[in-house]
Amino acid sequence: MSLSITLMINGTQRTVDLDDPRVTLLDLLRERLDLTGTKKGCDRGQCGACTVLLDGRRINSCLALAVSQDGAEVLTIEGLTQGEALHPVQAAFIAHDAFQCGFCTPGQIMSAVGLIQEGWAADDPERVREGMSGNLCRCGAYRGITEAVVEAQRSLAQAERKEAA
Amino acid sequence: MNRFDYVRPATVSEAVAAAGVPGSAYLAGGTNLLDLMKGGIVSPQRLIDVSRLPGLDRIEPLPDGGVRIGACVRNADLAYDPTVSKCFPAVAEALLSGASAQLRNAATVGGNLLQRTRCAYFYDPASACNKRQPGSGCDARGGENRLYAVLGWSQSCIATHPSDFCVPLAALDAMVEIEGQAGRREVALEDFHLLPGVTPERESVLAPGELVVAVRLPGAATRFATHARYLKLRERTSYAFAVVSAAACLHIEDEVIAEARLAFGGVAAKPWRARAAEAALAGVRPNVEGFRRAAEAALAEARPSGDNALKIELARRIAVRALALAAAGTPDHVPALPASPFAPIPGGAPHG
Repeated sequence: MSLSITLMINGTQRTVDLDDPRVTLLDLLRERLDLTGTKKGCDRGQCGACTVLLDGRRINSCLALAVSQDGAEVLTIEGLTQGEALHPVQAAFIAHDAFQCGFCTPGQIMSAVGLIQEGWAADDPERVREGMSGNLCRCGAYRGITEAVVEAQRSLAQAERKEAA
Repeated sequence: MNRFDYVRPATVSEAVAAAGVPGSAYLAGGTNLLDLMKGGIVSPQRLIDVSRLPGLDRIEPLPDGGVRIGACVRNADLAYDPTVSKCFPAVAEALLSGASAQLRNAATVGGNLLQRTRCAYFYDPASACNKRQPGSGCDARGGENRLYAVLGWSQSCIATHPSDFCVPLAALDAMVEIEGQAGRREVALEDFHLLPGVTPERESVLAPGELVVAVRLPGAATRFATHARYLKLRERTSYAFAVVSAAACLHIEDEVIAEARLAFGGVAAKPWRARAAEAALAGVRPNVEGFRRAAEAALAEARPSGDNALKIELARRIAVRALALAAAGTPDHVPALPASPFAPIPGGAPHG
């Protein structure tokens, strides 16, 4: 059974013929579209390393069947930069040493982008920690991650205020 | 994961017809089903994708002041819906205390009701489990069972239902709308899940092929909006299933409890409505002595199913604390750590 799906991935339309409905969105990105920035950690929805934005909302791509997402927009870590310029969340992760080995980092960053868009945590560290609890970091860089998300939220909010003025 | 056929029906009636074929399973958010399939715990031959069926993704006001929630509404959308958080705050708090933000963005209302137990022996195909393989035995009985059921369990199965969302739904008299080949019917959420008895593989009243299409919260439940809390004890601060949890809702008139609702999570194979406790609270002043009597009544039938007698006392304390928090009033905003028992109670601690 061949299943054809079309996805808008990082602003580019991609049509894929799937020979097997078992392919997850994560495996589609990594194994078939060579977008290996999204990481496979537990593959069971427990670690958050595979976090991407699906239609603007953060999800675990390991628990999403690709075939079920036909027509969706996907944003991965590869689509976050504007040319050579880092996204403010990426820059804040570097500034605050928010990683050590880096394996969970793409998922952390995509989750942070999703959290900031959701808007409910603002710059409250307690709410940021709660909002990021679906992303595990085995190196234990949580302190830097929290600081980075708080700072990125502030700089994005400031940029938004400037734009509105 | 086994191979399967993928079917995407265009309407609810097409979906129900497609699911009539034996070996079919409905797919919505997939957050539990895919996990189960990857572990080889379930292996449906056909997935019927209902995630984009028209009409199932709406939250609609009802003439009685209640809401009708489509089965494919995502947990996060429901939790942040202004009407739900204002009129049914315990529902919003329960949803936000569950899973992670990523999972709440994908998981659906119908899927939450139908999620499977997180019993480690159910999840391990090498273990005996009457729920996974009827008649094979229950390795949880002699295993690591500190977190298992203390109410409604049987010799066949001591697993718990893991949902947070279902706990305030049970407390607030929610109804479940079900579509099947014979048409539509509805069941009270409190009667939707089954206790294990000798058939722990039967977890709900759904007949094969039936589809949950909506959950309704009645307008009468809005009378508890100003005194409604969900409280959840976990083994870590966030992103963990309940050890025990409670939804406590009070309707207070002239400083007396006119009506109370109390339900527990993590104690049984279904969300556990504590009617004896509700009766004990009706007509009394909201104070710690009354809450303690209600908690005693709520757990009167509780029995350890293994090395878990601690959960009975934990459930009593969580009930007392949830009632004290509810009496203090629903906060204006969901707390930074939703449902956390570590938040202070206005007016002092209820025990000690």
